[in-house]
Amino acid sequence: MSQAPTQKAAGGSRAGMSKELPEHFKSYKHVWVFIEFEHGAVHPVSFELLGEGRKLADKLGVELAGVLMGAGADEIRDGIAECFEYGADVVYTVTDPILSHYRNEPYTKAMTDLVTTYQPEILLLGATTLGRDLAGSVATTLLTGLTADCTELAIDDERSLAATRPTFGGSLLCTIHTLNYRPQMATVRPRVMPMPERQPGRTGRVVAHPLGMVETDIVTKILQFVPDSESDKAQLAYADIVVAGGLGLKSAENFQLVKALAETLRGEYGGSRPLVQKGWITADRQIGQTGKTIRPKLYIAAGISGAIQHRVGVEGADLIVAINTDPNAPIFDFAHVGIVADALDILPALTDALAKRLYVNRLAG
Amino acid sequence: MHIIVCIKQVPDSAQIRVHPVTNTIMRQGVPTIINPYDLVALEEALRLRDRLGGSVTVLTMGPPTAEDSLRKALTFGADRAVLLTDRYFAGSDTLATSYALAHAIKKVAEMWGEPDIVFTGKQTIDGDTAQVGPGIAKRLKLNQLTYVSAIKELDMDSRTLTVERRAEGGVQVLKTRLPVLITVLEGINEMRRGTMEAALNAARAQVTIWNATDAGIPELTLCGLRGSPTVVKKVFAPGARTEKAHQIETKGLSPAEIAEAALAEIFQRQPAVEADVMRNAESI
Repeated sequence: MSQAPTQKAAGGSRAGMSKELPEHFKSYKHVWVFIEFEHGAVHPVSFELLGEGRKLADKLGVELAGVLMGAGADEIRDGIAECFEYGADVVYTVTDPILSHYRNEPYTKAMTDLVTTYQPEILLLGATTLGRDLAGSVATTLLTGLTADCTELAIDDERSLAATRPTFGGSLLCTIHTLNYRPQMATVRPRVMPMPERQPGRTGRVVAHPLGMVETDIVTKILQFVPDSESDKAQLAYADIVVAGGLGLKSAENFQLVKALAETLRGEYGGSRPLVQKGWITADRQIGQTGKTIRPKLYIAAGISGAIQHRVGVEGADLIVAINTDPNAPIFDFAHVGIVADALDILPALTDALAKRLYVNRLAG
Repeated sequence: MHIIVCIKQVPDSAQIRVHPVTNTIMRQGVPTIINPYDLVALEEALRLRDRLGGSVTVLTMGPPTAEDSLRKALTFGADRAVLLTDRYFAGSDTLATSYALAHAIKKVAEMWGEPDIVFTGKQTIDGDTAQVGPGIAKRLKLNQLTYVSAIKELDMDSRTLTVERRAEGGVQVLKTRLPVLITVLEGINEMRRGTMEAALNAARAQVTIWNATDAGIPELTLCGLRGSPTVVKKVFAPGARTEKAHQIETKGLSPAEIAEAALAEIFQRQPAVEADVMRNAESI
């Protein structure tokens, strides 16, 4: 059921329902962003959300706040400064050794306590594994609405959050409102929103809040954290150059051509959803609405038809180059540069041409 | 042990078409499938049961036709199936869905024993929210383990389990106590082929069908559209970019010539990329 729109939802009985906010929610004010802070660093999606939150707060004429949790004041000091430089007016902090690594129970408690104490009207979280784990628990505890994986956030003329998200695997977009409940919660995937400009020296207010929990209250223990070794885990979302292949490559062996070009460009490689289903690539290399959203400076799509589910994952790229034998493939509707040819010919030719340029450049010193 | 697996029947999104004029989903003729991520959850549940004994109950909320998905789950080897169906559930968002499912799980527990584990897929392919699992966990006060990639240890005597969970930038090894709600990551197992025996049992099996009253749901106002804080205001197809792609001339040219022209076009449009590529190449 979830948020799949139905005819009823679009024009049913709820549409005529009073939008008058219950009295106890009227004091809810300001826009909040949950700042994802893990292993000593803020996840870039939190800055992207501060950028977006800033626009919403300005439109509403309210403050923008970050919520930052961590082991102690020293650990999160730099993170707080970054929040201000990326647009926050206030940073709410909860520090306790219990919060040194993410766990659902204490983070949910800290977040819900802050919300009920300081009452924000909007709460944004990154749609990461952490953000999605936390958002569902917080929304259910507060019994409020949550719109997942939004691609656009706006304030409508009734001062409420209009959250747009793809649905049915990206075939359609729908705009969702939270009626009569606060805060209005939304998650946004990494790289969907642009990184805002950093304003060095910008500062603001810090409000510290206690956790009110002891370790023995918490059932789940972290035994170990095994970091991804950078070499074999795809860093797709934040790569500047990405080369991807689709079914037009015809076989798993031919996918090597994508890897070779990516390597020559010093970029990352990925693929469309069918390639994951066929087992040609691993799920962490899937690009699209149900995989990774990317915003590289250069994206080369080889043998990918450009189904809408793929499109929504790559539209933020600065330059999209598509190679496809079918001149009517939908990918040419949103690519900037098109090559109507067989990717199996063009990929190795591009790799060679590039290698030649690199060689000449090196000779030229 | 008793394991409950929540599944959802979804339209096969690969086959969905949008009506070109009305911009609405053309549902007619679109086949339905069990949400692929839920099959991973079901397989994980069946493996635990095969190893440790007990039973697996499959639960879904949906229209009466969702019974097909439950029968399919029975052919894979689930022990019983429950369909929660009522017009009161129509239009549920994630909060209303977790409300109804949580109560149905309580009812299942009354009938067939308290669950030790409730499984869900990591998300559905139609809603893609990944929020119903955490919602159920919170409502039933189950320890929540999302994006689980491996169940390392399950000790029924001490009622503890250790799992690997996909986290940002690495894998968390977590230890917690039963009962738990687990959402599983894709690709951690492969769904078994149902046995002939299971298929025959499935054909004979009764799917338990509950409406809101049967499931013991106390507040109908918290179900469906009425119980959903979110409302879909507008549904629309993504707009087309007005400008079509600039096509590189290919007629009568060799792949090498096309590649040269393409590189020139790329670097002219993105000089920064050219500079990066050249610099990175030097540093190696």
